[in-house]
Amino acid sequence: MNDTAPLLRIEGLTKSYPGVVANADVGFSVRPGRIHALLGENGAGKSTLVKMIYGLVRPDSGAMHMNGAPYAPASPNAARAAGVAMVFQHFSLFDALDVAENIALGMENPPPRRALAARIRTVSHEYGLPLDPTRQVGELSAGERQRIEILRCLLQNPGLLIMDEPTSVLTPQEVTILFRTLRQLAAEGTAILYISHKLEEIRALCDGATILRLGRVVANCDPREKSARDLAELMVGQTLQSPSRAARPTGKVALSVRGLSLAAPHTFGTALKRITFDLKAGEVLGIGGVAGNGQDELLAALSGEALAPAASIMLNGAPVGHLGPNARRALGLLAAPEDRLGHAAAPDMSLTENAMLTGAGRMGLSHKGFLDWPKARNFADAIIAAFDVRTPGPISTARSLSGGNLQKFVIGREILQDPTVFVVNQPTWGVDASAAAAIRQALLDLAAKGAAVIAISQDLDELMEISDRFCAVNEGRLSAVRPAHGLSVDDIGLMLGGAHDMEMRHETA
Amino acid sequence: MSVIRLERRAAPSRFWSVATPILAVALTMIAGGVMFALLGKDPVAAIRTIFWDPLFNTQFAAYSRPQLLVKAGPLILIAIGLSLGFRAGVWNIGAEGQYIIGAICGAAVGLAFYPADLWIVFPLMVIAGALGGWAWAMIPGLLRTRFNTNEILVSLLLVYVAEQILASMALGLLRNPEGGGFPGSRNLQQYAAASNPELIAGTGMHWGVVAAFIAVIFAYVLLTRHITGFHIRLAGQSPRAARFAGVNPARLVLLCLGVSGALAGMAGLFEVTGPAGQISIDFNVGYGFTAIIVAFLGRLHPVGILLAGLLMALTYIGGELAQFMLGLPAAAIQAFQGMLLFFLLAVDVMTNYRIRFGRGAAT
Amino acid sequence: MNLGAIDPVLLIASLMVAATPIILAALGELVVEKSGVLNLGVEGMMITGAICGFAVAVETGSPVLGFVLAAMGGAALALIFALLTQYLLSNQVATGLALTLFGLGISAMIGQAYRGVKPPATAKLNLGPLGDIPVLGRMVFSHDWVVYFALVLVAGVWAFLKYTRGGLILRAVGENHDAAHALGYKVVRIRLAAIAFGGACAGMGGAYVSLVRVPQWTDGMTAGAGWIALAIVVFASWRAGRVLLGAYLFGGISVLQLNLQAAGVPVPVEILSMSPFVVTIIVLVFISARQKGAAVAPAALGRIFHASS
Repeated sequence: MNDTAPLLRIEGLTKSYPGVVANADVGFSVRPGRIHALLGENGAGKSTLVKMIYGLVRPDSGAMHMNGAPYAPASPNAARAAGVAMVFQHFSLFDALDVAENIALGMENPPPRRALAARIRTVSHEYGLPLDPTRQVGELSAGERQRIEILRCLLQNPGLLIMDEPTSVLTPQEVTILFRTLRQLAAEGTAILYISHKLEEIRALCDGATILRLGRVVANCDPREKSARDLAELMVGQTLQSPSRAARPTGKVALSVRGLSLAAPHTFGTALKRITFDLKAGEVLGIGGVAGNGQDELLAALSGEALAPAASIMLNGAPVGHLGPNARRALGLLAAPEDRLGHAAAPDMSLTENAMLTGAGRMGLSHKGFLDWPKARNFADAIIAAFDVRTPGPISTARSLSGGNLQKFVIGREILQDPTVFVVNQPTWGVDASAAAAIRQALLDLAAKGAAVIAISQDLDELMEISDRFCAVNEGRLSAVRPAHGLSVDDIGLMLGGAHDMEMRHETA
Repeated sequence: MSVIRLERRAAPSRFWSVATPILAVALTMIAGGVMFALLGKDPVAAIRTIFWDPLFNTQFAAYSRPQLLVKAGPLILIAIGLSLGFRAGVWNIGAEGQYIIGAICGAAVGLAFYPADLWIVFPLMVIAGALGGWAWAMIPGLLRTRFNTNEILVSLLLVYVAEQILASMALGLLRNPEGGGFPGSRNLQQYAAASNPELIAGTGMHWGVVAAFIAVIFAYVLLTRHITGFHIRLAGQSPRAARFAGVNPARLVLLCLGVSGALAGMAGLFEVTGPAGQISIDFNVGYGFTAIIVAFLGRLHPVGILLAGLLMALTYIGGELAQFMLGLPAAAIQAFQGMLLFFLLAVDVMTNYRIRFGRGAAT
Repeated sequence: MNLGAIDPVLLIASLMVAATPIILAALGELVVEKSGVLNLGVEGMMITGAICGFAVAVETGSPVLGFVLAAMGGAALALIFALLTQYLLSNQVATGLALTLFGLGISAMIGQAYRGVKPPATAKLNLGPLGDIPVLGRMVFSHDWVVYFALVLVAGVWAFLKYTRGGLILRAVGENHDAAHALGYKVVRIRLAAIAFGGACAGMGGAYVSLVRVPQWTDGMTAGAGWIALAIVVFASWRAGRVLLGAYLFGGISVLQLNLQAAGVPVPVEILSMSPFVVTIIVLVFISARQKGAAVAPAALGRIFHASS
């Protein structure tokens, strides 16, 4: 196999943005029939690199060759014409359109609708990704939505298929199906460029890897010959430390949720169905689940953004379901939503103003409605100092911070308010490794001080690392809560997939 | 692929947020000059007549200087109210209707007391005016919060309804019984207890102007020092973050529409009891619409609105002067004001984006 | 009062005429909103079209030329909006309002010279035997070409959105401009074209008011028709066919109230005159209450698109 000529060869590719060099002198090649990994942390330059290959961004310098001929796509159309297809991390789908329309939009010359629908049915079955072309996309699960993206690519018989973080929204079972499809494609001669930061996946799937750090290639290797730890250290550039985890004695029940049901907030949202669990002081409850299964809705119900029957949520024995966010904050129930920019923080406001956003009551930043800005500024300074937020100062806007720094600010803002119960959704999503480690440590420290913590996340490794107990959310239902210690990948997969236990299966039937 | 690219600034530029209104005025003067030249008028003379003569021409200034406050008063009062909503993403564009209804309600209370000479009459009229405007604005407010009906369309459509009510009142219920059958109410300026006189001779200052200044101070304190103002700003910039901060969106919509309606209603009342003098079919001259320009030109900031209101008043007075002196059509000044808003919105991009030249990313 | 003087055949015939400007303007705005752009300047573009069409028709003696220039005038004004919102990323609500304020001013300015002038008549189309059909002939088949043009345009826009690739791309851009951009579609250019089309339609609608419906020039003569058109797009749930329904409903009410006024019904004139606006608001409330929570509006409507990659 090694003697085949490369399909895509990249040499000296450089791209800089004001203040950042996204890619510097990047080079590697992909051969037909191979699955090549592009490995790197968030911000390592993977996205910029594939955008250049796909014609969305133009390199400043360097060259690309496709089948030996110079390749410089001016647009995605040109890239597609050259046989390059891409599955995006954040799906480039249109919720209000149906499956066939979505696929037609990604093709250069789509066949008439009826013929296209027939092809979708046959090809999707061929690759084990069944899809109904007439379904509206907004109603589909994340896994099904990804199938659309893949199918959109497959229908064009691409020479090179780019997959950008494809497994972040899939259950382990769905990942297995995806890998089978990708291996089948590779066997048929398609070259696959597989972008990920998940090491085990890459070791299982790929036969070549290029590792990027800070926009530069740090290694080209065969991932099957390296340990996950080796790969991780190449990727991060330092030796890794797991968060310290003291044995935590748990206290009395701090938060008790009983039969919490809420209608979907909008057409494409998820309804919560009879959520029930208890949370003790001093413990971390990890809630796993595939994106879009009710995580946002659960956080909103706990934070008070969505109101519920009073007794369905009890905080230290008192009903709080009917209270809004500020009343719950006053009682010690604090939250940090997933979307940092626009939900947890207002992008165009300063850090001082963002400190005021949730701290007004609990930190005494307002008196009879009048705001004490100097005190808010001190609070912002305290967060910046305590959580090592890299910023010129509290007058900087939230938008000017990097993802990791803003996340530290958001989490720090809540932790410094000394919560009794802290709920966080996706604590380290899109955050660099060192900030992620700091955030996880902060959550563990908080629990060690006696607070109860709920961490909702799609990163199972993260949940296994910090949780005392684990459960999964699927289509708005919560699985039974189980001790995290001793759970196998298969157990977790079944929980994520909704087959929680006999009782649950009975209910959903 | 473009040669000129926009790059988002990390934080809005303070320099440009002050400089853009000035730049917009300058550009409007140039474009307006071209427009006046096309109409066959001397552009320099026209611009001077509009912006300079009302204030400094020895012949006219004595008359037109007081007019500045007379016209700026309602514009500022209405624009302050609108700016709160615009900041929160609540688009009340029917201030003209609230202005009319406020005037009718206030005048009706005054006329009901006629000819009693009680000091309480005028304060009651002001309250009735504010309530009238408030109630008229509550219609789009409640429809928006109850049924999710677009407040932009409803508030605007209600202007046409208000105009019909005005016509009906001027011809019917509120018509001056001693007016010889002519449309229009009694002249309130001649009913001392209900009149809104010039408070200091030669300044144009009347109670409406006083109210406008109070509104400016009130809005300034609200927006910079009070949690409600903070929530208004938050809701406009980032609705989800506002909800997370505990803002009740429905309550905010009602508050913003209510305050802007009440202020517009008061402005209408001050106008019919003062400069206009009576309820007539066309006492309203479009302040409710021009106030939208004032609000934006003032960058939705209370102090900016104060300055923008004065500037816009100047274009009204200067426009009249230019009409009288140079035969410039009245409509030209309306087009001129529209142009000003265009230029302001166009150059506003500098506040949030940096402009880069040269070839770059294929965007 | 003489209700007998109201002839139902004439009523429907004049309803079709009254609805035509609204159909044109609403259809244009429908396409604009389908592309994800909210242009509140319909009233301004209509009044500009009204004066452009009127002036050109008077000067050249050709109403057809008037309509063509009205479309161009409306589109030109719309392109100012496009430049501001698509390239300079200005707020669409504010820019649309500016368009209306500016359009009202500029049209009144041009219109000074045309007050009291009578425009050349737009001839009724001779549809041969169709016009001779009893009742129906007089009711439906005895109008000028613009009435039928508007109807054809409804069908055209419907088919374009439903069956063509261009229509699919337009809808996609209006649903999710970032995804459309990622797939390589030129979001700004597509929106530019939609906005210009919307302006042209509004301009023609305005010209129909000044050249046929009234026909003469008075300042601000579109009198809220542009806002009604905007409301009808919402009423129609962004569907071309329902625009026709909404416009006929509105046209019916405005014609009926005029007839009732003429017949001397004992209802105050002001109540009758405000009725089209009141009914529009009521209908709007019913529709929005029913749509509540459902995603019927284009998802990217009114959002600013800035490709950051």
